[in-house]
Amino acid sequence: MIMKKELITDAVLVSNYIKGDESALSVLIKRHKQKIYSFIYSKVFDRDVTEDVFQDTFIKVIRTLKLGKYNEEGKFLPWVMRIAHNLVIDHFRKNNRMPKFDNGHEFNIFSVISDSSLNAEKILIKNQVEADVKRLIEELPEDQKQVLVMRMYNDMSFKEISENTGVSINTALGRMRYALINLRKVIDKHNIVLTN
Amino acid sequence: MAKLYIEDSKHSKTLQPKEETVNFLLNYSKALSVIHCNKMKFEALLN
Repeated sequence: MIMKKELITDAVLVSNYIKGDESALSVLIKRHKQKIYSFIYSKVFDRDVTEDVFQDTFIKVIRTLKLGKYNEEGKFLPWVMRIAHNLVIDHFRKNNRMPKFDNGHEFNIFSVISDSSLNAEKILIKNQVEADVKRLIEELPEDQKQVLVMRMYNDMSFKEISENTGVSINTALGRMRYALINLRKVIDKHNIVLTN
Repeated sequence: MAKLYIEDSKHSKTLQPKEETVNFLLNYSKALSVIHCNKMKFEALLN
């Protein structure tokens, strides 16, 4: 049965379909679905859009054939391909954009590239957070504040800090530790959010 | 030996419409009838 149907040409199937043989359409779709679907997918790179365009293509095919507007001079498959092509163009016109990378199943382009630069909002937040931290540091006892500023802002080693302040390295380390503990305490107490 | 960076044929086989899309089209076709009336054609979708 299948073998027999394969032998029937597209032109005969189209003619039979126009005469009312619904099964002819089923054969035509089965025969050409992969070519048409792949053609659409190669343009849009999106499974859902491909499915939509494929469906719209055949809705147009069905309506044209049933309305008797099909020009038998042309071949069936190139005609369907042309409809699909026009619908793909319509799709891009409607969305006003170019084909994009498929962020589907296997590969996500954004896992490889990312925009590390901060946008205007993030720059504002960053500046705000840094200003808040500076205000909190101002509240620390003078000896702890001195060590923390030297370490974090002036990027000095604890050896250099100890030489500059005249205290041992251990004392400088201890002051740094208490400075951080005190900062955390103040942040917790006042529920300050310091995240970007 | 150099690796061959080609898509396997398994992948291309999956590039075809869903079963429900095809079924929808076949049902749409069965439901659509064109009524001829005084040189005019009307489409009617009957479910």
